[in-house]
Parts: sequence; C-alpha cells; structure tokens
Amino acid sequence: MKLTKSLALGALATVLSTTALWAETELTVYTAIEAEDLERYAAAFNAEHPDIKINWVRDSTGVVTAKLLAEKNNPQADVVWGLAATSLLVLKTEGMLEPYAPAGLDALDPRFRDGDNPPSWVGMDAWVASVCYNTVEGEKLGLTPPKSWADLTKPEYAGHIVMPNPASSGTGFLDVSSWLQMMGEEGGWAYMDGLHQNIAAYTHSGSKPCKMAAAGETVMGVSFAFRGAKSKNEGAPIDVIVPEEGIGWDMEAIAIVAGTDAPDAAKTLVDWTISPAAMKEYNVGYAVLAIPGMAQPVENYPANVSEKMIQNDFEWAANNRAAILEEWTKRYDSKSEPKN
Amino acid sequence: MAGTSTLPAGRSVKLKLDRDGIVKRCFMALIGLYLFAALVLPLYAMLSKSFVTYGFDLARYEFQVSDESGTVWGEPVSAASLNEVLGKFTADDLASSSDGRLAVTDLFPDFSFKSPVKYRLRSTTADAPYLVGLDLQRTTEWQEFDSNTFRRVNLRPVTTVGLQNYVDYFSNAALFSSIENSLFIAIVSTVLTVGLAFGFAYALNRSCIPFKGTFRLIAMMPILVPSLLPGIALIYLFGNQGFLKGLLMGQSIYGPLGIVIGSVFFTFPHALIIISTALSIADQRQYEAAESLRASSWRTFWTVTIPGARYGLISAAFVTFTLVITDFGLPKVIGGQYNVLAIDIYKQVIGQQNFEMGAVVSVVLLIPAVFAFIIDRQVQKKQVSLLSARSVPYQPKPDRRFDMLMLLWCLVVAIFIAGIIAVCQVAALVKFWPYDLSLSLKNYAFNRMDGGGWAAYWNSLQLAAMTAVAGTAIIFTGAYMVEKVDGFRAGRALFQFFAMLPMAIPGMVLGLAYIFFFNDPANPLNFLYGTMAILVISTVTHFYTVGHLTALTALKQIDAEFEPVAASLRQPFWRLFARVTVPVCLPAILDISIYMFVNAMTTVSAVVFLYSTHTALASVAVLNMDDAGDIAPAAAMGMMIFYTNAAARILHAFASRRILGRTQAWRAR
Repeated sequence: MKLTKSLALGALATVLSTTALWAETELTVYTAIEAEDLERYAAAFNAEHPDIKINWVRDSTGVVTAKLLAEKNNPQADVVWGLAATSLLVLKTEGMLEPYAPAGLDALDPRFRDGDNPPSWVGMDAWVASVCYNTVEGEKLGLTPPKSWADLTKPEYAGHIVMPNPASSGTGFLDVSSWLQMMGEEGGWAYMDGLHQNIAAYTHSGSKPCKMAAAGETVMGVSFAFRGAKSKNEGAPIDVIVPEEGIGWDMEAIAIVAGTDAPDAAKTLVDWTISPAAMKEYNVGYAVLAIPGMAQPVENYPANVSEKMIQNDFEWAANNRAAILEEWTKRYDSKSEPKN
Repeated sequence: MAGTSTLPAGRSVKLKLDRDGIVKRCFMALIGLYLFAALVLPLYAMLSKSFVTYGFDLARYEFQVSDESGTVWGEPVSAASLNEVLGKFTADDLASSSDGRLAVTDLFPDFSFKSPVKYRLRSTTADAPYLVGLDLQRTTEWQEFDSNTFRRVNLRPVTTVGLQNYVDYFSNAALFSSIENSLFIAIVSTVLTVGLAFGFAYALNRSCIPFKGTFRLIAMMPILVPSLLPGIALIYLFGNQGFLKGLLMGQSIYGPLGIVIGSVFFTFPHALIIISTALSIADQRQYEAAESLRASSWRTFWTVTIPGARYGLISAAFVTFTLVITDFGLPKVIGGQYNVLAIDIYKQVIGQQNFEMGAVVSVVLLIPAVFAFIIDRQVQKKQVSLLSARSVPYQPKPDRRFDMLMLLWCLVVAIFIAGIIAVCQVAALVKFWPYDLSLSLKNYAFNRMDGGGWAAYWNSLQLAAMTAVAGTAIIFTGAYMVEKVDGFRAGRALFQFFAMLPMAIPGMVLGLAYIFFFNDPANPLNFLYGTMAILVISTVTHFYTVGHLTALTALKQIDAEFEPVAASLRQPFWRLFARVTVPVCLPAILDISIYMFVNAMTTVSAVVFLYSTHTALASVAVLNMDDAGDIAPAAAMGMMIFYTNAAARILHAFASRRILGRTQAWRAR
C-alpha cells in the first residue's frame, strides 16, 4: 500500500539524516515562540550557520511542556529554544536538561541564567505582566483606567476583567506567583479573593485576555506587555498599563535536551541564541533582553518595564508550583460558574 | 424425545476449511488485530495509567544531623521514623502528584537556616529522588549540606499503583461538578435537538411543503464544519460586542447557554438523519384505519406516528447525547468558566501535565458514553420491521394550515443553521471587529498565526484523503469477512464487538490513550508517534463503527447464494469480491468514504493530543487560533473546512451518479 511505502521512505529519510551522512545537521527544536517570529529567527541563525537545519516543533507553552514531559523517557527534541524559564525549571528537576556554558555567557544579566555552573539554561528575553485596557469600551462604561494591581479589585470593575487561568497558562502562573511574592502568602491570597469578585472569565491562554480587550469583548485583560504592544500596533484602542507595585515576569529561555544525538550542533545553536545578533532579532518584539543595555525601545511598549520587574524567585515558584495551583484551583475553580 | 435419547452420538461434523476459508480468516484476523492494536491496547494503557499514583515514601530516606560544631554526627535516622515521632505528615499528606515536593526541613522542628548545624541525607534505594534547589539527585551516597542549603532540599514523590487518583477526583468538588454540568448540558441539548429535528423531519416526510430538497441540504450543513465553529459564530452574534446581544437580555452567551445552542446546531443533522429515516417508513393503511375509526388527528399522531418512530427517536436521543457529552471544541470556545468533563481532560493534560488525572477523567467520561451506547444497542435489537411487503407507502395530503406551520418550522431552523454559517463567513472577512468593519482577506494569512498556517490546511486534506481511502478499504474488507465467513462464530462475534466499540469511545479518550500507548519507548509501534500515520489510524478507528454498519447493511442485501455458487464454479472468493460484491456495494462504499473524508476534516477531539508540528491540522488550527484570541482567522479556517467538505460532497454526488449509472444498471432491470 501507498501508506506503508511512504512510511518506509520517511523512516529511511530520518535514518539518513540523523546519521550525518549528509553534511547538513538537522536539529529538532521545541519552541513556544510566536509563529510569526519563528522564520525570522531561523533565517538569522542560518545566515551565519547554513549547515544546521532547524526543524521546529511549535506549540503553546503548556503543550510543549506537556509534550516534553510525556517524552521524558524517549526525548525527541535536541534543543528547547524559546520556552518559559519556569517550564525549563520543571524539566531540570526531572533531569532532562544538559548543562552547558555557552560562549558569551558572561555578557548576560545574571538574572537571565540558571544559577548553577555550568547553567542548565540561559535566558533570551523577558516577558512581563501588564494590563491591556480598552479605552473605547472603558469610556462607554464610564470607568477610569487602573494604575495598580490594587485598583483591579475596585467594585466598579466587576465583570470587566479577564485573566488567564494559572493552571493552564504560564502567564497566569507568573501573575499569581508574583502577587504571592510581592504581597506575601496571606496578602496575595486575600488580594486574589478580591480580584476574583471582578473576574468575568479565566482563559486558557495568556495572550487571549489582551486580544479580548483589543476586540472589546472585555474592558481589561491581565496579559503581557508584548501582546499589548502588538495589538496596539494593529490598531486596537488599548492602553498597556504597567501596575505600579511591580510586575511579575518570566523569560524565554533556551536549553539543550539531555541525550541529544547532535550535541555539537546544539551547542552551536545555543551559542548563537545569546549572541548580540540574536538579541537584535528578539528586540523586534521584546523590550527587555538578556544582555543588559542592548535593547532599543519597541513601539507602543511601556517604557518603564525594566525597573518595574520584581525580584522573581524562580526556584521558589518552581518548587511551590504544584501547591499554589492546588490552592488556586480549590479557591476559584470550584465556584467558577458563570455569573449571570 | 424418547427416540432421540436412544440414538448414538454421531461423529461431530466439522466444516472443512478450504483455501478461501483460510485466506478469509487470515484477513479477518489481520483487521481484528488492527482493531486490537489501535483500540483495545491503547485503552488498556490508559486504564492502567489512571491507577498510577504519586506519593512520598519516607522510608527510603535517611538523615544524619551534626552538633553545633558541624563535626560530630548523630546516628542515621530514617525520615519515616522522624515523622512517626513528630506526627507531622499523615498518610494523606504524603499522597502527591507528579509535580509534588516535600520540604525536608519540616521533619526538623528546631531547624534554622542560620545555625551551624550540618545535615546529611541519603536515599536507601536507587528509586528515591530528591531535589537540592532544582537539581535532581538520585544517589544512595551520603550528601552533606550546611543548614542554608538544607532548607532548599525537597523530596520528590515516587510512583505506586492504587486507587488514590480516583479518591482525589471524587473528593475534588471542582472536578466532580463537571460531571453534573456535562450531564445537564447533554440532556438539555438532546431534548432540544430531538424536538427540533422531529418537527423538521415530520415536515419533510409528512407534509406538502415546498423546497424540501433545499431544506434538507441546509439541514445537513453542520456536518461539514468542526463543532467549534458555531461557538465562534455565537460570540460574534451574542458576545459582548455581538450585534444581537440585546436579545439575550443580560444573559451571558459564555457558559451553558452558548454550549447548548452550539450543540443543537452541530448535532441537528445527526438526529435528523435518524428520525427522518424512521418517519419515512410509514404504512398508509394504519392511517386509513385510524381515520375510519374516527380518531382525531392528535390521537392518530400519538397512537400511530409516535410508536412507529419511537426507535428512531430513542436512537437519535442517544446519538445526540453521546455527541454532546464527548464534544470538546464547543465548551472550549464558548464555555467560559463552565467546566465539563471533556474540558477537564484537556486542562489536566495540557494545562497541568497531569496525565494520570487526565486518564481518570477519561475513564469517568467513558461511563455515560458506554451506557448510552449499550441502551441504544438494546433498543435497536427490539426494532422490528414495520414495512411488510403489503404495506402501502404513506402519501401526505395537502393541508394549508398545517403546511404553513411546518414551513415556518423549517424556515426557522434553516435560518438558524444558514445564519450561523453566514456569520462565520462575514467574521472571517471583516478586518478588525468591531472597530474596523472594512473587508479584507487579512484573516486568511494563516501563516502569521498560531496553529500551523496553510500547511495545516494541506495536512488536513491529506489526512482526509488518506483516511477516506485506507479507512474505506479496511472497514469494507472487515465487514465483508465478518459477514461472509462461514462458521467461526466466536471469532466473528469478537470482531463484531471490536468493530462496535469505537462508537462508545469519546475521541479525547482515544487520543489520550494513543499517547500512553504509542509514546511508550518500549512499544515497537513507537515510530508511528508524531507521524501522519498515527493521525490516520486514530481517525479511522474513531469513526470505524458507522462505516462498518453501513457496509454490513449493504452486504446483507446481497444474497448469500453467491458464495456457494462461486465456490461450485471453482472461483476464488477474491474474484467474486472484486467482480460482484464491490460493484454491487459501490453506493455504500462511496458513502463510507465521504463520511470518513468529512469527519477527518472536522475532527478535533482525538487528534488534538496527537498532531505534531509537521502534521498540524486545520481543525486543530481553528481551536488554537481561537485559543490565542485570533477569532476571525479561526472563523476563516473553519470556513475553509466548510468549503472543502462541501466541494467533496458535490464531487461525491457527481461521481456517485456517474459510477452508479454504470454499475447499478442491473437494479433497474
């Protein structure tokens, strides 16, 4: 049958390509980078290293993490490029990452690398929490834009806020973990109790609240600044608000998967991903980069983001993730019937 | 009776197997094996996964504590005995999930991270992982820590087998309420759909309204789109920026309301087909009898029409119920915070990487689906032929008032269905709803969106074509073997059971089961994981039953005499198969293939866990684009699926007519 024939051919092709019979090395790279940026990153990399071909496996943060964990005993990926550091920490605790000190490591902001030596992962750029506020819809309802996280609990916003569900979205988790770190356990949960009264919906993805605000489906969405700036550039009537208490953040990071059969190519790739040339590519959308002082301002991106980023304790967040999510689900998921 | 008891027991007669018989059995075994590997084994893998639990085993760790000088060490003591003395953790506390952590400092009440006291820790077995900071340790050697490092030490859970996951599930109010929600949604949608479909089918079969063909065509449209498309349309209609939002009078479309309306839309054609078939078979004589007994038309309706159609109604109700309770696209798009079982599986697996709990929810989701399936089968068995050779087909008589009423009914339903599709098309073409209403094709630039881009669309076409070809071949051959093999009762019954099983398996459950089964590195079929082949296999298996039943029905119409005749003419069975059986059954074969094609284009539930980047699919892209907030492109991709399926249908109709004209001429004698 045709099917078996093409299967056999496919298997043959894989065997040929992985045994390096061809000069070109292929790397399977798992990523959660936005679809529209992928080609650009790969092209910039291939301009310097035409001999390494990147096979992207792209999906949302949750799915990529789930996939990597599911393949724990039989990893398919060579490199993870552009996944939340929080997720990479989970992989690290499973012993799935290969420590490697890439060239140019010293140039990085110390916050943007794994604390161990050699590091298991290095950061590329940060993405920070922000509130997307639809000015047109806000005006229609006679609301004033919020300035702080505390403002979001004001009764006038009841039913006008959408935020991502931390159990399914990395952005949602960084919000919750930052509130707990800023306000303390007790204060953090008390704050979320108040916020919950105003929430219209918890979404599965982190960018959706901002897109909903951009489309006027909600007045404000707790999301991230990168998304907000993008929607604003597309013409959405939104303001990207950076709450004054400080903002949670996570970084896009890169790591080598332990057991890769192309370790040299993987190292070449990791070296490149923290080079100034790579940073320039990240800078198109992201305003906070791993190499300090390099970033050029991004259009419509809030200016003071870098100072507002909290001292994020990633180890604490990773080691308490399960407990936080359990508590969150118990408090807010069980009574999350729609409010009529 | 007395006579028989005296007869000696004769030699037991065994059917002698000829070569054909052996070949046929081999074919049947082969396809049976396929179903076993593609269905039974994955389900078993999933079931066993649901019993894998995580917990901390304190007996596997030992500590040593030094004095203040950090040089004199005390006796090694196991964590279990420390806990016994302290009574810190109960057995419940020690149950955990795959991502659990247990801080060791909790076992030392006078621990201070500033003290000079030092600590040693070792595992007593190889399988006793712990974390220092974020580093995974798996060593039975003693490791020494100063107190500041020791506070960063966490124990990791180990796996055991038990019922813990089920206990957790049923004690978690949030998850448990999903069962209630799922049942509520499914029951309400079923009642509405069956009611509406009955009225519609009644109009088509028992009234003299015009445009019956058009109505039938419109009613079938929902089959051509993914189930989440109505959700997207409803957001545009009734969402916070929807242009008909006022009609809801303050109710939110996000939640049960949206799910129910969407469910009615996508299950309507399924219910209609079944009920329409039931209503099309009616005996004029019964109505004449009722009339001559002076029964009112109301009474006739309840004593003649409804009893005649009752099996169809029950069957339609169960099909609708199963479709709704296992559907996952619609609640994902428009469910808001309303949790249902299918969403829980997705959240557990994709959101929290908790595969074990996902497996537990899958098992729970299996129960109502299997239950509905069994009842339906029981009812089907009782179905007796209403139409005898002497029946006179029912001829509807014009009745102005009644016909107007029926026309109105059909119009309302048709406007609802066509309206939803039209809204999606408009949404796909508007530039930036609701702030820039100019039209553009920008939303068709799928390559700039999440979900796989245009490649996903071509992948879907490929999957649909492969599923149609491979699925039809496998299903029809399987049905032929099961129908035309002589003897071999037990094997045939088993095969029949396998073939009926997929109907009761929700797509999500199948998808999850496939991960567990095919991604196991010990599985020789592991190479299939992440390929197009696994998508084809899962889709063929998911939709096996309906195709199988269609093929069986067609095969049963062929006289059983053909086989003996062929055998006596010394013709091998495959010649008979190719020359007689296939041509005669061609209409059924074409029906199976288009059914496979259309479903492969629209299915989401099974493949959402199985696609990889190179095999991203259009239907999944709709889901992912909506998930990322790109609703308009999601609608655009949904419409691409619709047009493709519509084109396939039209092509199918033309091909059928031409081929049938050539091969079915014998029917018209």
